[in-house]
Amino acid sequence: MTKLPLSRRRFLQVTAAGIASAGAGVARAADNVTIGIVYVGPRDDFGWNQAHAVAAKALKQVPGVKVVEEENVPETDACAKSMESMINLDGAELIFGTSFGYFDPFMIDLAKKYANVEFRHAAALWNAAKHPHNLGSYFGYLNQAHYVDGVAAGLSTKSNKIGFVAAKPIALVLNNINSFTLGVKRTNPHAAVQVIFTGEWSLPVREAEAANAFVDAGCDVVTCHVDGPKVVIETAEKRGVKTCGHNASQAPLAPKGFITGAEYKWETIYKRFAANLAKGEKLPNEVVGGYESDMVQNTAFGAGASEEARSAALAAIADLKAKKPIYVGPLKDNKGKVVVDKTYDNLDPFLFQIDFLLEGVVGSIT
Amino acid sequence: MTGVSEPIGVLPAVVAEEQRDLSVRIRRNAEYVVIPLFALAASVVLFSLFLIAIGKSPLTFFALVERGGFGTAFSLQNTLQRSAPLILTALAVAIPARLGLIMIGGEGALVMGGFAAAVSAIPLLGHVPPLPTLCLMALVGVFVGAGWVGIAGLLRYARGVNETIASLLLTYIGIATMNFFVEGSFRDISNPNKPSTKPIGEAYMVGKIPGTDVHWGFAVGIAVAIALHILMTRTTFGFAARMTGGSMRAAQAQGLPVGKLIIACTMIAGGCAGLAGFFEVAAIQGRANASLIAGYGFTGILVSFLARHNAIAIIFVAILFGGIVASGGLVQRRMDMPDATVLLLQGLTFVVLLVSETLYGRFKIFQVAGAADRT
Repeated sequence: MTKLPLSRRRFLQVTAAGIASAGAGVARAADNVTIGIVYVGPRDDFGWNQAHAVAAKALKQVPGVKVVEEENVPETDACAKSMESMINLDGAELIFGTSFGYFDPFMIDLAKKYANVEFRHAAALWNAAKHPHNLGSYFGYLNQAHYVDGVAAGLSTKSNKIGFVAAKPIALVLNNINSFTLGVKRTNPHAAVQVIFTGEWSLPVREAEAANAFVDAGCDVVTCHVDGPKVVIETAEKRGVKTCGHNASQAPLAPKGFITGAEYKWETIYKRFAANLAKGEKLPNEVVGGYESDMVQNTAFGAGASEEARSAALAAIADLKAKKPIYVGPLKDNKGKVVVDKTYDNLDPFLFQIDFLLEGVVGSIT
Repeated sequence: MTGVSEPIGVLPAVVAEEQRDLSVRIRRNAEYVVIPLFALAASVVLFSLFLIAIGKSPLTFFALVERGGFGTAFSLQNTLQRSAPLILTALAVAIPARLGLIMIGGEGALVMGGFAAAVSAIPLLGHVPPLPTLCLMALVGVFVGAGWVGIAGLLRYARGVNETIASLLLTYIGIATMNFFVEGSFRDISNPNKPSTKPIGEAYMVGKIPGTDVHWGFAVGIAVAIALHILMTRTTFGFAARMTGGSMRAAQAQGLPVGKLIIACTMIAGGCAGLAGFFEVAAIQGRANASLIAGYGFTGILVSFLARHNAIAIIFVAILFGGIVASGGLVQRRMDMPDATVLLLQGLTFVVLLVSETLYGRFKIFQVAGAADRT
């Protein structure tokens, strides 16, 4: 690394600070907190990116916070350059990278290069021993909201067959499938959850095929964990079955069959970071949580949710807020092996290591 | 291009002929500069009308493009870095195009080359110093990329299979192959949520060009473009290739080794894309994973067509492209416009530039009597 970009940055920072605080003395001008958010896809994808964009919109309402956003930024050096551009040209002091692949190597390198800028990344990847301390992680335990989905879904199925369209068989997805299934079991021990892995985060054609296959096989509730749940939800709605959402609100896509959906509530985290920044406090490096800290939520009940399902889901939410565990051991996988030997706390790091499908799930990882 | 006439003697007639030849060449080459500039200006005007129609200021927009793409040292480096892979993937289209072959398999060769380069480094890490390791990785990337697109060339030559379709389908096979291995036998198990190969580590990464923030892939891309330009315009190989491009049958009738030319040119093309893949792994990602599938191979097709498959022009078009993309972020942020705005500008620019192709040879000012040979 050379001196050129560094000295330029200094110059820009000093200039920006000078302009902003002109006449305001030493204290930082109130509207001087600029926060950059980078998305991997479009902000209106009815999924992962939209969940963040909704929170960004809420963050913009906070006085003194300016939010700059960039969408459709791939996980290549393009993301590093977009973030640097926000720092150099917009004077951003805090950057949220919302896609998994932004972290290593891009955000790690940027945090080293720009020691005065804070970087936070939406996945539990930060490690105090390995990574710079102006970098950090934030993440929501969405599996809790999937558990609530499951509770409602268990009471919504008549055929006792529920379909789950999943992207890749990685820990994050498996955790959501398992939690959903445990939710289903809570209200309907006879129901089974069938899984199809599409193999990719976004394969709309295969997602539609999977949703159709589930309906053809007799499933009357369909849910998913893919980047953009739009296709799954719309296909299921068209086929006349009920749906549970994922990531953001898909309620408008399924006016008849929507039950509820697992949503992140990034707003809580973003506002907290912004408040820290405005007060000049050190930002926490790790912020993770679920219902107990208001970091996940369920979409408002749709027309597909019966009274019974609603009250069961609300009861499940109350349990989660009281930190009642989802993984109550011992639990077997769907091949009969005990894979959960004890009861795990809802925020246990064990949940990031899951490599099995629990009993009650029809499907295979391999 | 006109053939190059070597000066034979100092006869006055020859000198006069050369001077005339020079003026002919200047006038002709002016056409290749003036028409694209005119087209660019036209697309700026059209896009400005669009902006006015949706109530945004064209002045602000182009000021932001200038600032975000070229106006500051940071912006310029941002632009150059983004153009680096495009130069190489555009060459992967341009070289076969001189033979009259439309190969669009750069994406697959990039992915396969990058993946092979990453895998070839794994057993060497910690045992062999970085420089020889990187050289080996680059060679592996080039050869695997060359072999990959070479398959399409071979199919075309040996079985008459349409090279456009074959190279496109090979891209999907290449991506699937990389995904298969990255999610299977070559997966780094310490990375449970994003299937990748093992990282090559910081010590083994390709550095930046001194004094800049741009990696060496940019300089190498320019060097390769210049080398290939010389190959295609100043050698018998290039002459034979261009002749084949003019008419494959005529070239065959002349006894030119058309089959060898096809395979050689497709392999050069694949090698360029494979090299781009190597730089994505060794200078950017540090490992092979799905992030290699970033569409550089497909963007390269556009760059090559806009540059009329001219290797030197590709450098400039790629930089223009890099600048538009680099400034796209700033436009999104400052003008509160969606990402698609910049795509619209790109699309408009391409269409206008492609339409402007029909203008060549239609303006008298560029024409010289008695000099009608042009390829």
